[in-house]
Amino acid sequence: MTTPRLELRRLTRRFGSFTANDAIDLSIAPGEIHALLGENGAGKSTLVKMVYGVLRPDDGEILWEGAVAPPLDPSAARALGIGMVFQHFSLFEAMSVAENVALGLDHPGPMPALAERIRAVSTTYGLPLDPRREVHTLSVGERQRIEIVRCLLAEPRLLVMDEPTSVLTPSEVGTLFETLRRLADEGCSILYISHKLQEILALCETATVLRAGRVVARCDPRREDAAGLARLMMGEPRSGATEPHKAARAVAAPRGTPRLTLDGLDLPSRAPGEVALRSVSLKVRAGEILGIAGIAGNGQTELFAAVTGGRQATGASDVLIDERSCGHLGASARRALGLCSVPEERNGHAAVPNFSLADNAMLTAHRRGGLMRRGLLRRGAATDFANRAIADYNVRCGGPGALAATLSGGNLQKFIVGREIMQAPGVLVVAQPTWGVDVGAASVIHQALIALAGAGTAVLLISQDLDELLALCHLLAVLHAGMLSPVRPADALGVGEIGLLMGGVSNEADPGAAEAHAA
Amino acid sequence: MPLRVEPRLVASPAIAAMVPPLAVLATVVASGVLFALLGYPVGRTLYAFFAQPLTSVNGWSELALKAAPLAMMGAALAAGFQANVWNIGAEGQLTLGAIAGGGVALAMPDAHGFWVLPVVCLAGLLGGMAWAAIPAILRTRLGVNEILTSLMLTYVATLALSALVFGPWKDPEGYSLPQSPLFSDAATLRPLIARTRLTAGTLLEFAAPVAIWFALRYALIGFKIRSSGAAPEAAAYAGFTRASVVWTVLLLSGGAAGLAGVLEVTGPIGQLIPQITPGYGFTAIIVAFLGRLHPLWIIPASLLVALSYIGGDTAQVSSGLPKGAAGVVQGLLLFFPLAADFLVRNRIRRVA
Repeated sequence: MTTPRLELRRLTRRFGSFTANDAIDLSIAPGEIHALLGENGAGKSTLVKMVYGVLRPDDGEILWEGAVAPPLDPSAARALGIGMVFQHFSLFEAMSVAENVALGLDHPGPMPALAERIRAVSTTYGLPLDPRREVHTLSVGERQRIEIVRCLLAEPRLLVMDEPTSVLTPSEVGTLFETLRRLADEGCSILYISHKLQEILALCETATVLRAGRVVARCDPRREDAAGLARLMMGEPRSGATEPHKAARAVAAPRGTPRLTLDGLDLPSRAPGEVALRSVSLKVRAGEILGIAGIAGNGQTELFAAVTGGRQATGASDVLIDERSCGHLGASARRALGLCSVPEERNGHAAVPNFSLADNAMLTAHRRGGLMRRGLLRRGAATDFANRAIADYNVRCGGPGALAATLSGGNLQKFIVGREIMQAPGVLVVAQPTWGVDVGAASVIHQALIALAGAGTAVLLISQDLDELLALCHLLAVLHAGMLSPVRPADALGVGEIGLLMGGVSNEADPGAAEAHAA
Repeated sequence: MPLRVEPRLVASPAIAAMVPPLAVLATVVASGVLFALLGYPVGRTLYAFFAQPLTSVNGWSELALKAAPLAMMGAALAAGFQANVWNIGAEGQLTLGAIAGGGVALAMPDAHGFWVLPVVCLAGLLGGMAWAAIPAILRTRLGVNEILTSLMLTYVATLALSALVFGPWKDPEGYSLPQSPLFSDAATLRPLIARTRLTAGTLLEFAAPVAIWFALRYALIGFKIRSSGAAPEAAAYAGFTRASVVWTVLLLSGGAAGLAGVLEVTGPIGQLIPQITPGYGFTAIIVAFLGRLHPLWIIPASLLVALSYIGGDTAQVSSGLPKGAAGVVQGLLLFFPLAADFLVRNRIRRVA
């Protein structure tokens, strides 16, 4: 057996009391394309940062071609022959391709010679790139080529790619795969990080699956199918956590009229990196909680904006609140029709950090909360409103005069959820309500959402937390690449199937169930 | 030993309250040092600069006359600055207000009645708004930076005024001087108090900051402006569209400047001339920051800045101080409060 190019032995990294990587073993042979697979937060990024020398391991060792590597920093890692293409590019828009490449090299050499080398490498590997072009004129795919060419110029023996296809079009993905296969044939090892199952099936020879900071499986993707990989990645749902809520949601029998309808909602992409929504349709009835699962960056931000009025839909009747067309209306008008919302980002989006809680109550509740009369603010009423939110939702803070920025994430989130619910919404759209929130606050928020639905509000819950979705929702759909899977009863969807949909594997199975529900 | 600036976690309110008096004191001390270095008698020059204008009724009235347009424009600009909209072309909007109001006054030299003056003032207000509407359209439709457009339009407005008073609007009986005929009595503001030049316009200009303060603090429109500046995404989420805020503050500051312009030409000046403003529109920006963008603080700030201008003139006459030195003192007057504010919010530490 040949010496592995890279071997990790019991590599461990902790952040405070949280163990991001727990005794990871991993081995990559020369010329191997090795997949690192896992959900958001499984520990993939931490692991590759240690390989590239950005983070120091707390324990364990890194072996490079059989010998123990000294503690690395990125330039030492490059000197060994490790190249990395990051998910987010670091390019200077106003500079040329060659200048950008020069900035990332330890020994760039004279510019004309560098331009020649760039041209040579880019033609050899089928990555067409003009060294003189300025970066701001390039597409996202072309920008990624700069990063790849930059790595290739250093003649790496291990190339680490962090979710390289998240910004690429399908044809660009095809070109990239050809380049990677060719590199592997020449003996370069590739560590390929992704949660897109089809890509891994198409490209990789071995896969290491991470879940919650541990290696849970090693396998040969060529002998697996997407469903198998999805199960490995997601694990089985933690059943204990979901049971109490299941009982609660069974009580609310969801048979009301549709309060929120999306009917073939389209939203074009305005800038690179923005996801276009394509023909998104769903109905949420009074008393229902509909969950939207999906991996970040698949259109969640755009969907939230299109439903709440941050952006206008292409057609007025694409969005209906209580069966009234409102796709053309702005956020205020939709709020007046009864649609309230909790955005994902607390500070700066859901609340103004330098405003008091009373002023932040004013922010969205000035009309529905009766905090304004004839264009003038009712400051006393806003203080009362904030006081009620603080008391009812157990917000720990210095009172209604406290600045939003001084509250902890969980307490501010409880205040924001309370502020929206106190406006008696007909429809509530919630994005990531318990992201980064402690368990106690998450429980308060979950109970509030269940009670709200029980009182006849339609709730649309956009979340990446599968446990949360399974615990709260009657209905589930998965958003992938701006398209929504058919809406299905939550009980009818297995974790494996949700994982498949999140990974972009469409399933034709059982379309009847979705239609039966929609009817 | 390297130094590092870092923000203070808690800014002391007591120290913050002492900033304005300390900054004025520092300005006086630094000015004294400057005068001494230039070889002028320190005591007499300081007196001429900071005290002499305040020793007569006429001095006070001139101070108010100069401070009033600064107060109104400064408060209106501050509303815009709070929303992160940077109209620095108030000088041009002021000029356009004078042209529009003056044009209406010149078009009806024989009109009589109480309604003439309000119509003339309304024309000035609309003229300033129209001039500010151009940056507003460019910003909201095409995303063009309003700092550039509003500044550039100032030069257009100034040259337009010159073209008019050197050309079609020149007084045929004015010995070929570049000036329009005097406005009719009905289109001229009379002094309220004998032997001063204070008019009803002066009172209006000092009332404007109070109204703007009230609107910013107690009206929904002011809340929109403040939240749009403090957290644009949160304001958009609440349904306050950025375009409507940009329009509101640009029309407010443009209208205030236009009104200030028409009040200058119908009041103290009485006709159109090429130079109707000693840079009020730019000085108002200084006043807005000296008053820390708070409309009520802007009133004393406008008086202080007006004093430095009148004091500069007085010191030039009585002590022979060069014009440049007067300019330096005015610069110090802005520098000290801003520097003090920075140090209240940040601290400088040595790093080993």
